[in-house]
Amino acid sequence: MRDRVWIVGGLAVFAVALTAPFWCAHLGTKNLARMPNLALPANQTQCVAPVEYMRASHMVLLLRWREEVVRLGQRRYVAFNGKVYDKSLTQTCLDCHNKEQFCDRCHSYAGVSGPYCWNCHNQPQTHVAGTSLPPMQPEAAAPHLAFTSPSRFPAQAPHPQSLSFPRSMP
Amino acid sequence: MNALYSLLAVLLLVLAGFAGGSTGAGRGILTFIVPYAAFAILLAGFCARILRWAWTPVPFHIPTTCGQQKSLPWIKPASVDNPSTRGAVLVRMAMEILLFRSLFRNNRARLAGKRLTLSENRYLWLGALAFHWSLLLIVLRHLRLFIEPIPAWVDGLERLDSFFQLGAPQLYLSDIVVLGALAYLLLRRFRDPAVRFISLFTDYFALFLLLGIAVSGVLMRYFVRVDILGIKQFALSLAAFHPLGPNMPSPLFFTHLVLVCALAAYFPFSKLMHMGGVFLSPTRNLANDSRRRRHINPWNHPVTKHTYAEWENEFRDKLVGAGIPLEGEDAGNAHTN
Repeated sequence: MRDRVWIVGGLAVFAVALTAPFWCAHLGTKNLARMPNLALPANQTQCVAPVEYMRASHMVLLLRWREEVVRLGQRRYVAFNGKVYDKSLTQTCLDCHNKEQFCDRCHSYAGVSGPYCWNCHNQPQTHVAGTSLPPMQPEAAAPHLAFTSPSRFPAQAPHPQSLSFPRSMP
Repeated sequence: MNALYSLLAVLLLVLAGFAGGSTGAGRGILTFIVPYAAFAILLAGFCARILRWAWTPVPFHIPTTCGQQKSLPWIKPASVDNPSTRGAVLVRMAMEILLFRSLFRNNRARLAGKRLTLSENRYLWLGALAFHWSLLLIVLRHLRLFIEPIPAWVDGLERLDSFFQLGAPQLYLSDIVVLGALAYLLLRRFRDPAVRFISLFTDYFALFLLLGIAVSGVLMRYFVRVDILGIKQFALSLAAFHPLGPNMPSPLFFTHLVLVCALAAYFPFSKLMHMGGVFLSPTRNLANDSRRRRHINPWNHPVTKHTYAEWENEFRDKLVGAGIPLEGEDAGNAHTN
């Protein structure tokens, strides 16, 4: 008889834990079926691949770009529609997309913990507002020429060929 | 044969998911009806089964022990393996539930020539531990799809699981471990003739079903990637009782969904109920104090007694008349010779 108290109590705890998503959905104040509010690029309508592919597999594309650029030195990417892009996260992707309002919002919504892209890559200065970075240089008006880290990248080194990537593996 | 039938059953479920995910009507059923039905069966069935067990009498005090009982002060007791207090029982149960301590003692019996040899076999324990812990991690990790905003500890688990940052999407260690452990547990049933002999349909079915779920999930993450935003929106809408169809419906996702629903609905009626049952094992959750405390069966039915003395009194004259010796007060008078 005394055991039943423990059993029913434990069962109640288990049932509440099992139905946790329902409680969270109904006790919260937000409209939970909402999608993240993503800031889409204003100046472009077409990404480097169809939107369905980019939604599901952008990480594969980025990884392939990384390997081709860093290990093989190939920077030219011919897109599905024949357009040619520079394989660069900082210059090509972030030229249109904003990290905080696009990458981060979606990643935190989907619970994909911060990818290690940002361990090395900086964001272009034009997209960083209200930070303590030095004011924009005149040449940064052209967004694809801008870098944020003058210590690693010289400010007048817009073209990737002049970056200090190793040309070949030792 | 059992293995074949259960594999066929799981393949049928896979086909059902794939076919349902490819047609509009099937997608409707799989979106609006099947998840809720499966969840309701899981919840109600689990509770009903536990409550039935809770109301089942345990008339005897039957702990199984693996060590020296607490007795005289100069004899050292095995306080965890032979618990005599409630605290020790808690420690013992925790070790059983979290570490599968009794499985750690698993033995392998072999006939070497004509000699029976017993040897330790820790692989089953290792495989079971690896499987259960990675399954727990995987289930908890899936909360990221059902809760918004995601609790920090779920993000933490995800980061821990993708600790080595291999590839993109980052490789989850639990995916590797769960597939390896399931493969071992399945091969174990195939390989050992004795284990194969006692393996039933349900043993294989649970393994194949879990394997199907794991494989479809791994395919969706690493090989045939799906739109995770649409799936999260679908999961959240399910939790909010306003189901929306997934934005980018992929038959593979519906296959995963059908297999998970099948597992949930099958759970309360199967051996998988050991999840709740392990807490209620009377051989584990009782303290071995039957020599110090008197245990009275609380379910004792009131018995109407009719003792021999009463019976003898009732038939005294007949017994005396027949010359049968009496045990009662004037039994001495019954001697006939």
